[in-house]
Amino acid sequence: MLTKLTRWSRLKSPWILHLNTGACNACDIEVVAALTPRFDVERFGILLKATPRHADVIICTGPATRQMKDRLIRIYEQTPEPKFVIAAGACAMSGCVYRGAYNVIGGIDQLIPVDVYVPGCPVRPDAVIDAVVKLLNKL
Amino acid sequence: MNFQIPIGPQHPALKEPIGLRITVDGEIIREADLRLGYNHRGIEKLAESKTWIQNIYLMERICGICSHSHTTCYVQGVEKLMEIQAPKRGLYIRTLVAELERIHSHLLWLGVAGHEAGFDSFFMYVWRDREIVMDILEIISGNRVHYAINTIGGVRRDLDELQVKNILDSLSVLRKRSEYYLNLGTTEPSFVARLAGVGYLSKEDALALCAVGPTLRASGVPMDVRKDDPYAVYDEVPFEVCTADTGDVLGRTVVRIKELFQSYNIIEYLLKNLPTGPIAVRAPRRPKSNEVVSRYEAPRGENIHYIKSNGTEKPERLKVRAPTLGNYAATIKMLKNGFIADVPLIFAAIDPCICCAERAVAIVDARTGQEKIVSTSSLKQLKQNVSPNKERKREVVWPL
Repeated sequence: MLTKLTRWSRLKSPWILHLNTGACNACDIEVVAALTPRFDVERFGILLKATPRHADVIICTGPATRQMKDRLIRIYEQTPEPKFVIAAGACAMSGCVYRGAYNVIGGIDQLIPVDVYVPGCPVRPDAVIDAVVKLLNKL
Repeated sequence: MNFQIPIGPQHPALKEPIGLRITVDGEIIREADLRLGYNHRGIEKLAESKTWIQNIYLMERICGICSHSHTTCYVQGVEKLMEIQAPKRGLYIRTLVAELERIHSHLLWLGVAGHEAGFDSFFMYVWRDREIVMDILEIISGNRVHYAINTIGGVRRDLDELQVKNILDSLSVLRKRSEYYLNLGTTEPSFVARLAGVGYLSKEDALALCAVGPTLRASGVPMDVRKDDPYAVYDEVPFEVCTADTGDVLGRTVVRIKELFQSYNIIEYLLKNLPTGPIAVRAPRRPKSNEVVSRYEAPRGENIHYIKSNGTEKPERLKVRAPTLGNYAATIKMLKNGFIADVPLIFAAIDPCICCAERAVAIVDARTGQEKIVSTSSLKQLKQNVSPNKERKREVVWPL
């Protein structure tokens, strides 16, 4: 009964944290655009949260820069269980054009475990919604 | 009371985070300092290992909002190095995308300003209509954000009659909506009261601190690269440089809304006078060894690229001066003697375009020397607590 309840509540309100690990802003504005009236993810109970302690899903954009490395790991550790990570955009997946730059580590999966990869440079807002739906299906 | 709130290096609403160190005496900011480098990726060094064509894609990814600005600035420089001239139609399409980008960037900013001022429905309205521009850009280039329309020697995609008609139709919708925002954003009493008198920057300071773009123009200096040093086809297109005399956040809002209408006019002119002919010329593989400085008026201000070639397939040096960097010194001036609660608004008003991740503010108490870290979200909370009841001196006259 209790597991049923928790599962139901998790499915109905996946709160997300948007984390920029060194992105060029493009994925960031697209993730924000997903919250605005045209795409409106709030109708699925998806809310953007300011702190990792409130979030269930971390949406990471951008390649992990060396400056962000410790912060990314710390934010991941601050997020309460169960937590999921979406790597949004080609940079978060593999580093994209920044591959080989001295200050870029590469995809964020080298630092934290990733559940869903969303390709695109930048990701489209509908792709972000699709990623969250796919994530919910995994639950 | 001293306590630390170590909230993580991210913030949801504004995508451009930065470290700010502010010394306060009670509520008043006495000293401000910026911490940069959280998003340093090493693009300039990386550019030296890529070819001229590959670098277009890298330049586009310096910033996602003014992606076209950086590629145009770069491509113009390289065209000068290679001694080629892009055909007229190519330049018209390039300018068209540049103006569309200005519209999308200014609408984005307008929404963010509404959000920072606590006017969230304005944010949602503006962002809903911003999707119209994104659709136009998608029609032209096939992508919403990174258009990849520029190439050395012209543009990559042509326009047909149907597209031109589509763009003009959507533009008339957008113009109508913008008039509504102009009315709403400039007559809505609480919104105006929140913005007027905040972050004052005098004309002398703006010039002395090398402010650029709408920040400079809002201080009454009619400086615009499009007028002063015309590139592409701006010398043929009629438009006005918009200024305001108030020098505060309200003035910056007015300048940006006025620029929206200028951009609509420019786009209509470009589409009605679109010349026929090729859109690109063939570019050589290597330029001669030389150096060039390229200027471009991005939505945020003057963008400068310095390119040095040594006659090979790769640039020897590429230096980018993004407009936001020019505005940092002025921001510090604006922050001084203001309220802590105004920090997000003042900082958002320069339309910062640093793609990094930290939005934490370190506050140093001037009397004790102690530091504490406060996140922007708690600053916003503070702002909401402070602003409603506080009597504040308004020194500016409403410009419209």
